Amino acid sequence: MIFGLVAAVTFCLGPFVWQIVTSLRPEQELTSLGLPSSISFDSYTGAFHGRPFGRVLLNSFLVAGATTLFCLAVGASAAFALAKMEFRGKKILLGGALAVSMFPPIATVSPLFLVIRWLGLRDELAGLVLPYTSFALPMTLWILTGFFRDIPDEIYRAARVDGCTPFQAFWRVLLPLAAPGIAATAILVFIFAYNEFLYALTFTSSPEKRTVPVAISLFAAEHKEPWGEIAAASIIATLPLVVTTLLFQRKIVHGLTAGGVKE
Amino acid sequence: MAEVVLENVRKSFPGGVEVVKGVSLEVAHGELVTLVGPSGCGKSTMLNLIAGFEQPTSGNVRIAGAIVNDLSPRERGIAMVFQSYALYPHMTVRQNIGFPLDVAGERKAEIERRVTEMAERLGIGALLDRRPKELSGGQRQRVALGRALVRRPDLCLFDEPLSNLDAKLRGQMRAEIKKLHEDLGATFLYVTHDQTEAMTLSDRVVVLDRGEVQQVAPPREVYDRPANLFVAGLIGSPPINLLPPEALGMTGEDQTLGLRPENVTVGGGEPPEGAFSARVYVTEPTGAETWVTLEMKGERVIGRAPADFAARSGETAWLRFDRERVLRFDKHSGKITKTP
Repeated sequence: MIFGLVAAVTFCLGPFVWQIVTSLRPEQELTSLGLPSSISFDSYTGAFHGRPFGRVLLNSFLVAGATTLFCLAVGASAAFALAKMEFRGKKILLGGALAVSMFPPIATVSPLFLVIRWLGLRDELAGLVLPYTSFALPMTLWILTGFFRDIPDEIYRAARVDGCTPFQAFWRVLLPLAAPGIAATAILVFIFAYNEFLYALTFTSSPEKRTVPVAISLFAAEHKEPWGEIAAASIIATLPLVVTTLLFQRKIVHGLTAGGVKE
Repeated sequence: MAEVVLENVRKSFPGGVEVVKGVSLEVAHGELVTLVGPSGCGKSTMLNLIAGFEQPTSGNVRIAGAIVNDLSPRERGIAMVFQSYALYPHMTVRQNIGFPLDVAGERKAEIERRVTEMAERLGIGALLDRRPKELSGGQRQRVALGRALVRRPDLCLFDEPLSNLDAKLRGQMRAEIKKLHEDLGATFLYVTHDQTEAMTLSDRVVVLDRGEVQQVAPPREVYDRPANLFVAGLIGSPPINLLPPEALGMTGEDQTLGLRPENVTVGGGEPPEGAFSARVYVTEPTGAETWVTLEMKGERVIGRAPADFAARSGETAWLRFDRERVLRFDKHSGKITKTP
């Protein structure tokens, strides 16, 4: 049991730990194994040296943040309607959303590139937010529909007899109750948008418009792989995600619906 | 004023299942009417039709004279208490009770005044700052009552509101609901599968089976003169004895006889004149009296014995009844043919 646990943790955290160690190694020891002889932060300063890495980080946050916002704004209200309201074609809608998300991204790159260019959004951050939102929306819809479904119908009905319009019932009663689901979905969408590589590489070209994964992949110069700086940049890019996830985790685990209806 | 009228209301669900089969019903303003029946009899669907969660397939629902078939729940201006309480878990008791007033745009001071008044009346004045998860089942149901009644609705619907409570609490809340109804003078429509609730609460009882109304009458009448075998069997605890005439030494072609257990006197020892002798199957002492199930000519009959009746299973006892109290039903149609 304990061995399995240790193995699993090592397997998951190992690469991350290796990355940290590498980022703190003095440059001359980069290719050696074992613990570094001294700790050096040169790689961290180096990551920002001669390239707009700060700007790139900001880009990633802007793109992922905007994607998350749009996905939740559209997804939450749509999921509420799918879970609690009566109308025709519900199944087709959910099925359609699932079908759309099954296209392999590589198959859509070329046609999407044409669309983005036609819209004049090439090499713009908005040109990333748009496709990201459309790709993350089905996932948002599926997860949130599940969360809204789990809220008892009687609570929605109570809100309706208490005088709420469907939107008021959504906004004042169901949305607060779906908060754990919203938080979980927000993290997943944010991570997806933050880590996306293929579209970011294709739709942006100038260094100031790149996002973190693309920028890091382009760290390598012609004759030199700056392993230390790549590791340092990866750590800098990953830390905020880890921190946010840990923060939100409480919210996700916290069962907000306890006590509303008889269990 | 909120009289409720159903005019030949039918409701089918996709797939063709007809749950309500042409129900007509008139409930006067200020009445407390219970809809009672076994699960699947369509009573909850009828409540949903009146609340506006479902639309009738045909027929009309009228509230205060106006046809409301196509109005949403909020436009009908009704209140409702749910089986699961359906409190808002993220709000305090104060916010829960005040919610309908808040949605209606009432002033803060007025909301506070009415919430406090309502909470005091329901005995939950000390709980206003708690959240639902910190309350017991009985307290939650009081909050649900408060939320429904704080608007002083003309019509309040109850969907099995007490079925999640334990027996003692249920008795208490039943009495309180009856008292609230007397004080408020609103129309209460109450759905239950518990015949005791229906009997103790109602001005009139509506007995439903398979989407059809079996009888609409005051509780006493439903009990004494059940319209048919179904109603006779549903109402009353212990249940009515339904027997072929021969079992009671009577005649009647194609008839089933009905005899309430409390009209059957059971005793031990020397049988008095005109009594039948029978074998004790099981005894159920309740403290005040003892219900005895007897076997007689291959039929089982429940009767009432004094509290100290002590015969064991298998022993012989006697039973006696007043022939005048026997109800007669047509064996085939189930309809009552003779009432006492």
